[in-house]
Parts: sequence; C-alpha cells; structure tokens
Amino acid sequence: MNISPAKVFFASFLVQNILLMRYIGLCPFFGVSTRISTSFGMGLAVIFVMLLATLITYPIYHFFLVPLNLEFLRTASFILVIASLVQFVEMFLKKSYRQLYNALGIYLPLITTNCAILGTTFLVIDYRFHLLNTIIFALGTGLGFMLVIILFAAIREKLDYAPISHSFKGYPIAFIAASLVSLAFLGFANLFGASL
Amino acid sequence: MRFKYFWNGIILENPVLILMIGLCPTLATSISARDALGMGIAASFVLIFSNIFVSAIRKIVPDNIRIPVFIIIISTFVTIVDYILQAYEPDMYKVLGVFVPLIVVNCIILGRAEAFAYRYGIFDSFLDGLGKSVGFTLVIFIMGTIREILAQGTFFGAKIMPDIYINNSLLFMIFPPGGFLLIGILKAIINKLFLNK
Repeated sequence: MNISPAKVFFASFLVQNILLMRYIGLCPFFGVSTRISTSFGMGLAVIFVMLLATLITYPIYHFFLVPLNLEFLRTASFILVIASLVQFVEMFLKKSYRQLYNALGIYLPLITTNCAILGTTFLVIDYRFHLLNTIIFALGTGLGFMLVIILFAAIREKLDYAPISHSFKGYPIAFIAASLVSLAFLGFANLFGASL
Repeated sequence: MRFKYFWNGIILENPVLILMIGLCPTLATSISARDALGMGIAASFVLIFSNIFVSAIRKIVPDNIRIPVFIIIISTFVTIVDYILQAYEPDMYKVLGVFVPLIVVNCIILGRAEAFAYRYGIFDSFLDGLGKSVGFTLVIFIMGTIREILAQGTFFGAKIMPDIYINNSLLFMIFPPGGFLLIGILKAIINKLFLNK
C-alpha cells in the first residue's frame, strides 16, 4: 500500500490509537497504569521492543516465509522470535547497559506476551506496508501507547483520592475513565485525512 | 465432584469479569451478537484443545522449556482456527481481523496451560477448559448482544426494536467508548453481587 509516511504516523499515533481505538494491549494497560513513573518505564520499553520486533519479523516474513510458501507459520514463528528476542535483549542489557536495564528491565518479561507487540507485527503485514512505513508505524504505535498510558496514569492517581461508591472502586471506574478518554480520541477521526 | 472445575469457570473464576484477563478480544469483537459468538467459539476451541494436549504431554516435557512448548501447541490450534474462519466465514474474518491470530497471546489460554493443564489429568483439564470457555463466551456474547441492540436495534441481524428507536439509536455503543463503558458497568454489577464482604 502506498501511503505517505506522515499519514501513517498520525493514523498510528492518534487516529487509530492502539489502546483506545483498536483495543490491543489492554491487559498491561490496566495492570501497570497506576503510577506515572512506572507508566513511563513501560512506555519506553514498549517503544523499544516494538521497533526491534517489527524490524526482525518484517524480513522473516517477506524474505523467508513468503518465498517458501510458509505463510501459515506466521503466528507460530513470530511469537517464538519475539519471545527469544526479548530474552536476548534482557540478557544483553543486563551485561552491557546496566542503567538502561535498571530502567526497563522489570518491564521486559511482561512485554513478551503483550498483544500490542505481536498485533503490530501482524498489522504491518496485513496493511502491506513497505519498510519505511513499517518503521514509522511501529514508532507511531509505540508513542501512542506511551502517551495514553501516561495520560491514564495521571487520571488514576487522582482517582485514588476521589469519593467513589464501593462497587465502582478499582477496575470499573478505570474502565469508565477509559471510556471518556476514548471518547475524546474519537475527536481525532479524520485528522489530516489520516486513516488506514 | 470433579465437575467443580467446570462450574468454577463460569462465575467464581470467570476469566473476564473476575480474573480480568483476555480483555482485548472481549472489547474489540463484541460489536454484534454474531461476531461475539464467533470469537467466543474460536477462542474456546483453542483453549479446550490446548488444555487437553498440554495435559497429555505434561510428563514428557522438561520443566525449563515448557513455556515454548505451550506456545507451539497453542499457535498450532490458532493457525487451524485462523484458516478455517478464512475459508468458511470470510465476512466474519474481516470483522475479527487481527484478533484471530492474537488468540495466541490471550492470557486465558497460556494461563490455564501453566496453572492447570500442566498439573492435572486429561479429563480434569478438559473440564477446566470447557468451564473457562463457557465463562468467556457467555460474557462476550452478553456484551455483543447489548451493544448490538443498543446501537443498531437488531439481534443476529433481525430487527427487534421499533423504527423510532432505530432512527435515534445509541450509535456510540458500537465505538470503543461504548465498549469500555459497558464492561465498566458489568464489572461494577459483579462487584456488587459477588465481591461484597
């Protein structure tokens, strides 16, 4: 598909935000987004792994699975490659970049089975992007994830002190807050004509 | 006696409303009763068969490579479902889209393989998988039904609301905000009924 990279960026970052519009990656979203500092770390880790994962699965699909007619192995091969990649990155960071490991380390195992990462690698193939758009899409999606998770952590920090009826405490009020933030994101529809 | 593994999954350990896992497919594919039921059945197929297979090979799999083995078993069944849906239900596949291959990272399935099927016998694992599947399908189907009726005034595509409602329907229920709002209210009702101490 031939779309300008700018459109791809705005579509993945805001218009079709991965958390609020596509509903991918919600489990870690509701689990981690209770403090701004942890959300920031999680967001950075997601951007990092998302870029790496799409960069490694894109050539695997186009230069290995397609020529050999093995497209049906997409699901199995992608998840194994991503899981081993995350393990490898974790070991490498632990050995060589201690500071980065201290910032991101605890989030990396959580990300292995995060559907946001795997979902993005599937989406870039379903949309038939070329390599530049693939990188832009991964970057935009990761930034969109980070933006929403930080916004949401700020809301939840305030919610802790709000008087909420007993049955709405915790998850229910978080869902309803997500509904309102998502309603605001509907307002980005057709921003710069960016839609995929 | 053993049937408690089955009943637990429906209410007391309902994967979506009590354990709060598998949220993505529940919210994303519950836009109509038919699509919700399709997603429920697809995930149930994978969950039941992966539970049976994991339980069957649990004694020959070394402990430290069990997770990759689980993932390969699960992704095999996901690929089967993926291709069956593409061949026989292409319209539904277009709506469910990327969520069919994403069943592979659904926390319910890997979670049950690790927490239950790896430790118990084949029949118990089958019952556990069946119970969790029914619990998951029930929630997603109820949500799909409510959202379809409120947004379009139809049930399985058949008109059940008067024209005056359909012309002024709550169209926003079909969009993401409606899904978040509905699951928030359902969870609050469950809290009120079951978790009050």
